[in-house]
Amino acid sequence: MAVIFARRVLCLFRGTAMNYWLTQLFNGFSYGALIFLLAMGLSLIFGVMQVINVTHGTYFLVGTYIGLSILTWTGNFYLAILGGGLVIALVGIFIERFFLRRLRGNDLGQVLITFGFVLLLQDAILLIWGPDPKLMGEPKSISFTAHIGSFTFPSYRLFVIVVAAAVAAGLWLFENKTKFGSAVRAAVDDVEMASGMGVNVPLVFTVVFGLGSFLAGLGGVLSGPWLGLQYGLDLEILPYAFVVVIVGGMGSLKGAILASLLVGLVDNFGKGFFPDLAYFTLFLPMAVILAVRPQGLFGRTL
Amino acid sequence: MDDRGLMLQVDDIHTYYGESYVLQGISLGVPSGTVMAVLGRNGMGKTTLIRSIIGFTKPRAGRIIFEGRDITPLRSHQIVSLGIALVPQGRRIFPSLTVRENLTLGEKPPGANGRGEAWNLDLVLDLFPRLKERLSNTGNKLSGGEQQMLAFARALMTNPRLLLLDEPTEGLAPLLVRALGDILLKLKERKLSILLVEQNLKFALQFSNHVHILNRGRVVHSSSPEALDKNHEVKARFLGV
Ligand SMILES: Nc1ncnc2c1ncn2[C@@H]1O[C@H](COP(=O)(O)OP(=O)(O)O)[C@@H](O)[C@H]1O
Ligand SMILES: [Mg+2]
Repeated sequence: MAVIFARRVLCLFRGTAMNYWLTQLFNGFSYGALIFLLAMGLSLIFGVMQVINVTHGTYFLVGTYIGLSILTWTGNFYLAILGGGLVIALVGIFIERFFLRRLRGNDLGQVLITFGFVLLLQDAILLIWGPDPKLMGEPKSISFTAHIGSFTFPSYRLFVIVVAAAVAAGLWLFENKTKFGSAVRAAVDDVEMASGMGVNVPLVFTVVFGLGSFLAGLGGVLSGPWLGLQYGLDLEILPYAFVVVIVGGMGSLKGAILASLLVGLVDNFGKGFFPDLAYFTLFLPMAVILAVRPQGLFGRTL
Repeated sequence: MDDRGLMLQVDDIHTYYGESYVLQGISLGVPSGTVMAVLGRNGMGKTTLIRSIIGFTKPRAGRIIFEGRDITPLRSHQIVSLGIALVPQGRRIFPSLTVRENLTLGEKPPGANGRGEAWNLDLVLDLFPRLKERLSNTGNKLSGGEQQMLAFARALMTNPRLLLLDEPTEGLAPLLVRALGDILLKLKERKLSILLVEQNLKFALQFSNHVHILNRGRVVHSSSPEALDKNHEVKARFLGV
């Protein structure tokens, strides 16, 4: 095994190695950006509400399908991104208000109900869009291959990176520069005391859940032209989001950014070098980081 | 306010943690503009009384009336919006918020029943000048004393008419306890109503208009501070002094 690995690495350093590395780096980075969009909402919801939202991956996938439908009707990709995010936000808010809210403090009940919604939404996908995998076209305006020197990369992935960066910046501004944002952070710190300072915690929960769901839906639509649409993709991608939440620390924006990029890169290089050990290369860094920092990179000591 | 001039009236409340029956029928009142002390040894239910009033742990029976209004069914943030503020045991400063954010989080103007000049950031910082230099520090960078000042200051920023203080002197150096006493006097002069939970008997006697003693979830003594100070039997029996 070590020998095979060494040979591969040696190969890579000959010939077109430089471009190979750049491409891999770029792919890992852009995949990390996509994972960030998925994981940030999960992390927010986990950090603020202590809800393990198993449905999150399914929000992502349903978002993709809704995006596809909007794209088919309107032909406007940007509308599809927004629409997918908004519809999923409404779905999330509905589920939070009428189901999760009644189960506050009942962790097992919440996990079970979010898992129930996985099954429900998966059935909805089968019912509405059918079981066959679907493809989603890239918008023409961002579908080209960009060159920097002899290094070429698909511009769509660059677009995903730009959107993820804009989302991260927007979230940072929201969390740090608005009154509501400081209420959200206060709720992450100490939800009971936040309510004792007059913070309307049920409202914070609804907004956070809606925002997290929005990001999942938006990320889902963005993933369409890249990962395609396929029944079951939701549960395939969910573990990535959980790794990000756990490695980055629950509710931490900085942690989610770094952990997403880490996971994207590790996954990409891992699949390149050890194609048979995909999940192993994903979970190994998580195990190592958790052994050193049980609260995650930017989580608080409990 | 009700006809007896009570700012807060706790009427036979029974509060549980799961199966554990902690407050076993507590009644007491805080007359408007006075400091009411609640004393008692560790684990007797003082914090649970505070938690019941602020809505963290709802009583299963009984009522809590604030300015004539039944607040028992309300959520904490609604109770706070009516004009009650909490300085909790252990301070519970938000560690990831800056001092300024901690202060402005619950900032609101005084309600219709408010009296005196309203608190704002400048006035509160004049009262706690130490916080001024720390405005952009996060809460977890403060010393214990600074945290207690911040806990007081952020409670005042909500312009409350009733202040709930849960063991404010706990863990403070004597000098800081004195400083806190001065602040309490200033608040008293402004006719703020205060429910002061303490284990520090001397401090409570010094600043209160009336004292209650809690023992195993019941009020076992109620008197003026002077009367309690002279009652060595009650002090020995319920406070261990
Ligand atoms: N969250 C809780 N869950 C269960 N029991 C609790 C909880 N908080 C306090 N208690 C119990 O309730 C009793 C009263 O506690 P508390 O009100 O904190 O007392 P005090 O503030 O007078 O020290 C104690 O026996 C304590 O062990
Ligand atoms: Mg206590």
